[in-house]
Amino acid sequence: MFNDPPVSSHLLEFLDQNGERGREMLLPALLYTQKIHDFIPPASASAIGAALNVPLADIFGVIEFYSMLASQPRAETSIRICTTPSCASQGSGELVLQTCQHLGVDIGEATRDGQYIVEEVECLGLCDHAPGVLVGDEMVGEATLEKIFNPEDHPRSQIYGDPLYLMARSGEIDPLSTAQFQEKGGFEGLKKVLRLPPKELIDMVTNSGLTGRGGAGFPTGLKWKSCAEVDRFPKYLVCNEDESEPGTFKDRALIEGDPFTIIEGMIIAAYAVGAGKGYLYIRGEYTHSHQVISQALEIAGQEGFLGKDILGSGFDFEIELRSGAGAYICGEETALFESIEGKRGFPRVKPPFPTTHGLFNQPTVINNVETLANVALICKIGPEEYKKLGSEDSAGPRLFSISGDINLPGIYEISQPITLKDLIYEKAGGVRHGKEIRAVLLGGAAGKFVAPDQLDVLLTTQGTREVGLSLGSGAVVVFDEDVDMKFVLHGLGHFFAHESCGKCYPCQLGTQRQAEILDRNLRGQALPGDIERLEDVIATMTDSSLCGLGQTAGSAIGSAIKICPEYFGIEEVSHG
Amino acid sequence: MAKDKTIQLTIDGKECRVPEGTTLLEAARSLDINIPVICLHEATTSEGLCRQCVVEVEGWGRLAPSCITPVEEGQVVLTESERVIRTRRTILEMLNASVDLSQSDVLQAQMERYEVDPNRFPGAKKREREILDDNPFYIRDYSQCILCWRCVQACADDMQYTYALAIGGRGHDSHITTFFDVPVPESTCVFCGNCVGVCPTNALQGKTEYLLEKGLQHNEIRARRRQERQDKRRSS
Repeated sequence: MFNDPPVSSHLLEFLDQNGERGREMLLPALLYTQKIHDFIPPASASAIGAALNVPLADIFGVIEFYSMLASQPRAETSIRICTTPSCASQGSGELVLQTCQHLGVDIGEATRDGQYIVEEVECLGLCDHAPGVLVGDEMVGEATLEKIFNPEDHPRSQIYGDPLYLMARSGEIDPLSTAQFQEKGGFEGLKKVLRLPPKELIDMVTNSGLTGRGGAGFPTGLKWKSCAEVDRFPKYLVCNEDESEPGTFKDRALIEGDPFTIIEGMIIAAYAVGAGKGYLYIRGEYTHSHQVISQALEIAGQEGFLGKDILGSGFDFEIELRSGAGAYICGEETALFESIEGKRGFPRVKPPFPTTHGLFNQPTVINNVETLANVALICKIGPEEYKKLGSEDSAGPRLFSISGDINLPGIYEISQPITLKDLIYEKAGGVRHGKEIRAVLLGGAAGKFVAPDQLDVLLTTQGTREVGLSLGSGAVVVFDEDVDMKFVLHGLGHFFAHESCGKCYPCQLGTQRQAEILDRNLRGQALPGDIERLEDVIATMTDSSLCGLGQTAGSAIGSAIKICPEYFGIEEVSHG
Repeated sequence: MAKDKTIQLTIDGKECRVPEGTTLLEAARSLDINIPVICLHEATTSEGLCRQCVVEVEGWGRLAPSCITPVEEGQVVLTESERVIRTRRTILEMLNASVDLSQSDVLQAQMERYEVDPNRFPGAKKREREILDDNPFYIRDYSQCILCWRCVQACADDMQYTYALAIGGRGHDSHITTFFDVPVPESTCVFCGNCVGVCPTNALQGKTEYLLEKGLQHNEIRARRRQERQDKRRSS
């Protein structure tokens, strides 16, 4: 029978206050309910549907889509242990077993007192503190059984780079002090450009050569221009902080260490395209970042950096903070819009593109966190100075998140082109215990494995493209000679099968078939023809999926087939 | 003016001229080129789900779903290239591994056309579910459901505005469901039958047809119905 507690008075109050905004308040209402009851009871879901005018079946569909929402009671505290590559290679699998054993439960089963549930989850952005665990709202780094139940301070990423531009303030200032922020050059760029006509500002960013840092690398100025040219209002500016690409944690560090930079970048971008409202969408697992940016937004509003007539410029702009609820696909721009609009995070068919039909079908610019930090920097130092950083084809400083079997994991800000080999050996202290490299995963799960003899690749747009690689989100995960590659590949297979939204057939079916083949491979039970099956699946996903997730779901696996065929039971297959 | 604009393109070596806004699929049909489709239905919104209608457009990096891709001037299109065939065959093989397609004539014909190996993916997880027989009008056999979304769309804005159905789960575990998976009579369903009408497999099937196929005679079906009504009255 349904466990259906009565609707909480807090929820009714919430609905009273937000009801007239309709469906866009669905995800906030569900997250709020989840907090109250640790699941969404049917009576609460009905009350939400009535208040926000959303069909009941749709509400259930939304609950089922997001892994941090539950339609049945689970437990008071979720222990979410990351099992994606960086953490898996540092023993998270073992930690899952230990934790389950300690609590006397299986994975996904609540303790008898309803206190705890252990879940295997995808990347938590704690890769440099592997294994990473999220216990309730607390992030635990270098997690052990002991630490899970006695969480220490929030883990912070080490930041490397000389000189630092994007990360110059992180760790050096109180992240919530606008005074300290401004002492170190904060809001300087904003003050300069609010006097410029938006057109000049867009030209400036175009001339800087800045490309998006979320993974796709689209020219930022061009994106802004196509939105600015649309004569339809309102327009929206969205900051994508759904950082979930396995091995990537730079956006989290930026937000937590220097939140006002992101706010500054958002105001500048909004001014350029004529957006009056911004949304900052932050993934549900980033609880600490959420707290920091939420406070920073409040302070910025109180001090006149947000709201009406910002710094006397006559420009009005406000930012609303939104939380995701556990779905990697919501990092895809149109899926993110759907999520804000209170729907399942299904990517939309493109075209039309967001710049003409984005959030609420209105002209929208969506930029990644690091991209917006670059925007603030460009406005401060000017495009000419900015272009001196990076290389001709990939302008500006770039953040790399390095984790895995590496001596100095952390975030590396690189402003002079460098090879992958130098990044690993010269900057990041080389491989742990002096071991050899077996492979490096560049660009996250959606990226590719780099073989030991390919490490001379120059980490620029052109340099990587020349050898068929891509910088992606700047994630670098190092695997040493002892790595169990079959295990890593099996983990990647499960990641995509778990995170596929299920909309288009190639990805919905292909990620599952891929995971099945990689499971067999891990168990040493590869069937004759498995390589050909896998290649057909990968080709189909890559060539015909609807969005970037499916199109890259076979990328890393496909590269592994090339650089380490010995991990695919090729011998068994060749007899077949 | 723009309304009258026409676009010239080449499909499988044949030239054609069609009005602007025509999809590649429609253009191909005007040349009697038969591109297979699964999810497409004239009464429901095209969402480009099944990708069975993909074609190769010269110069494009990926295959294009012809049902939602508008024609462009001078395009050179191949509807049965090696890449296209590989994708179509693999999609059918993967689908067949998850779903019972045995009762769908359309899909059986496509499997034959692309020489599908029905056992291509051994050991695959199937989307199995018991038949849901919870109302007098139709049964739901989701082990035959290919997730074309047509029933959900017909129930919502495309036809009936009833919103009884939704997509639950995610990825391969996606499935059609109701609010908290309640039986259909407890949902907002008004038994209009539109969902049954647009279902391309026998995942949704009229109850009478279902029982006839199970070998029952009309009089037996009527007797069973009477019994069900009596039971219901007694219990309420």
